[in-house]
Amino acid sequence: MRIAIASGKGGTGKTTVATNLARVAAMEGRRVVYLDCDVEEPNGQIFLQPEVAWRRPVTLPVPRVDAEACDLCGLCGEICEFSAIVPVGSKVLVFPQLCHSCGGCRLVCPQKAITETPREVATLSGGHADGVEYLQGLLNIGEAMSPPVIRALKAAAPQAELVVVDAPPGTSCPVVEAVSGCDKVVLVTEPTPFGLHDLELAMETVGALGIPCEVVVNRAGSNMKATRELCARRGVEIAAELPDSRSIAEAYSRGEMAVEADPDFHDRFVALLRRIEARR
Amino acid sequence: MKQVVIISGKGGTGKTSLVASLASLAGTSVLADCDVDAADLHLVVQPSPVERFDFIGGKLASVAEDACTECGLCETLCRYNAITGNGSVPDIDPIACEGCGVCAWFCPERAIDMVNSVEGEWYRSETRFGPMVHARLNPAGENSGKLVSLLRAEAKTIAEDRGIDTILVDGSPGIGCPVIASITGADLVLVVTEPTLSGLHDFERVVGLTRHFGIPAQVVVNKSDINEANARRLEELATSLGAGVAGRIRFDSAVTEAQVRGQPLVEVTDEGAAEDMAAVWKRIEWSLSVGGMIK
Amino acid sequence: MADGGKIAITSSGPSLDAPMDERFGRCPCFVIVDPGATAVDPVENPCATQGHGAGIQAAKLVAEKGVGVVLTGRCGPNASDTLEAAGVTVVTGCSGTVREALDAYNTGQGKA
Repeated sequence: MRIAIASGKGGTGKTTVATNLARVAAMEGRRVVYLDCDVEEPNGQIFLQPEVAWRRPVTLPVPRVDAEACDLCGLCGEICEFSAIVPVGSKVLVFPQLCHSCGGCRLVCPQKAITETPREVATLSGGHADGVEYLQGLLNIGEAMSPPVIRALKAAAPQAELVVVDAPPGTSCPVVEAVSGCDKVVLVTEPTPFGLHDLELAMETVGALGIPCEVVVNRAGSNMKATRELCARRGVEIAAELPDSRSIAEAYSRGEMAVEADPDFHDRFVALLRRIEARR
Repeated sequence: MKQVVIISGKGGTGKTSLVASLASLAGTSVLADCDVDAADLHLVVQPSPVERFDFIGGKLASVAEDACTECGLCETLCRYNAITGNGSVPDIDPIACEGCGVCAWFCPERAIDMVNSVEGEWYRSETRFGPMVHARLNPAGENSGKLVSLLRAEAKTIAEDRGIDTILVDGSPGIGCPVIASITGADLVLVVTEPTLSGLHDFERVVGLTRHFGIPAQVVVNKSDINEANARRLEELATSLGAGVAGRIRFDSAVTEAQVRGQPLVEVTDEGAAEDMAAVWKRIEWSLSVGGMIK
Repeated sequence: MADGGKIAITSSGPSLDAPMDERFGRCPCFVIVDPGATAVDPVENPCATQGHGAGIQAAKLVAEKGVGVVLTGRCGPNASDTLEAAGVTVVTGCSGTVREALDAYNTGQGKA
């Protein structure tokens, strides 16, 4: 089963839930793969502490113009929707960071003067963490686009009985890329007005993709009413309510895993995993 | 006119709550909520009335069925798996389509049109603290970077037209295109972070981004008392990276209470975290007034 | 192609008395003049609301209008590269009204 852990609002506890679910599965001797798809700010490795076994770059093809063969016809500039290739003066300028790698300029050039050359935008890495197979993408600082990196990360992941996808925050294209192809999305929220507002946005995004979802409420306290009402109204089950705990917050701040810091949390995560897998 | 952009690297560190209080402390400013796929600032600054505009994110391929001969060329050319033909008139997946126009350009029957794709909407409103621009990207919407650029440009125009000196920008988590679009041209970036290992890790990357673009940055350590050692580490890390330290804000349950009341914290109390936020604002004011950016 | 003759000033409006807009790619309007300001041609900037690439397209536009010098506040790196490739000189740090920026440039006070 492929489970994505996502949320609208950042900081609700996606990585906490994703890493702890992966850990309890591994503790039971199951084969589990954890994919850190928050390629802008991957934090899974802080908690799982994998031994990294391999690294490789992610590249995107960008145009290279053979100035000798080019006759400045300007067609490449016309086809490009992103201003990434710009015939101007007696040159053709390429702005690789604007390029979406559509291949159009190469196809359109009547002189066959354009080839594609790989540009490094990120690094994938992988290894093992106490029984969890761990993979991560890390976007280079200054690069704008996460989705191609997330796509490369997913392609690098092995098949397994249980795959936990740690998604980035938000509701737009990086999340869509991370969550696509998953059997279920677990939306992590917190019972605050911001959490509630963003949860509804996230539910709409997941709904638009046609993937079933369940909710985990993190830092749950006495203020659950609005969250429960929203979930009831949208027909979404709350799979777990993780209590607000200062000691867990402090453990988290030290990079410790909740299921190792607190037996109660261990039991909660075991129950959560069962529950998610039971309702396919 | 000065633009202060509040970002975080890691999500959930308290950007929006801080921006709301800074808006209250700043007198009159132009507010821009550039966290367009999870916009929350409006919940605590109560904008109204609201003028609404469509946001056209890019183009979308659209196939004219009568003209299509089902040759399948478009499907082979598309690099985003957005076209599925299966031997009949192709279906375009609007979420996967990047709007590159290659299919339309090469279709032998000219059966594909690139049409404007409405990816969301944006708003111009008024708040007690000044004019505000904000937006909502459609679920699974594309091109948050472009929408952020639009909001920034709009905020600038409003500030110039109305003679307002300060623009406060609520940014988004991460380091990708919406964040880059939020910080370019800023006079000061405030990085709100938390004293956790995740906060430390993400702070380092986001300051890498501000350095990459040559924009002055200062750190605000929020919920600082959760882990004093990490709070200190963050401040040391900031200094070693050439960033300034704007201050610490203590953990305070009143932050959520104010959120529930739909108000900035500093309007509900002046103690606790509110006092810390006021000190951060004083520090920002001083930094902006001493031209040429002290770190 | 830039023929070196005309000057473009990034502006908030179509007249010589309009305040400049300091942004190259997203200014609402370019005021294009011959050096003596005898012919004034205000051109609306269609790239003002564009997303990424606004500066690049604006650069192409002014080059195609035969502009040799741009007076502006600031100009991003992609737009700068495009203007340079087109043989257009960019003077940044200009301010005031369009007329004031032009006068300052003509009396050699602008940074080249």
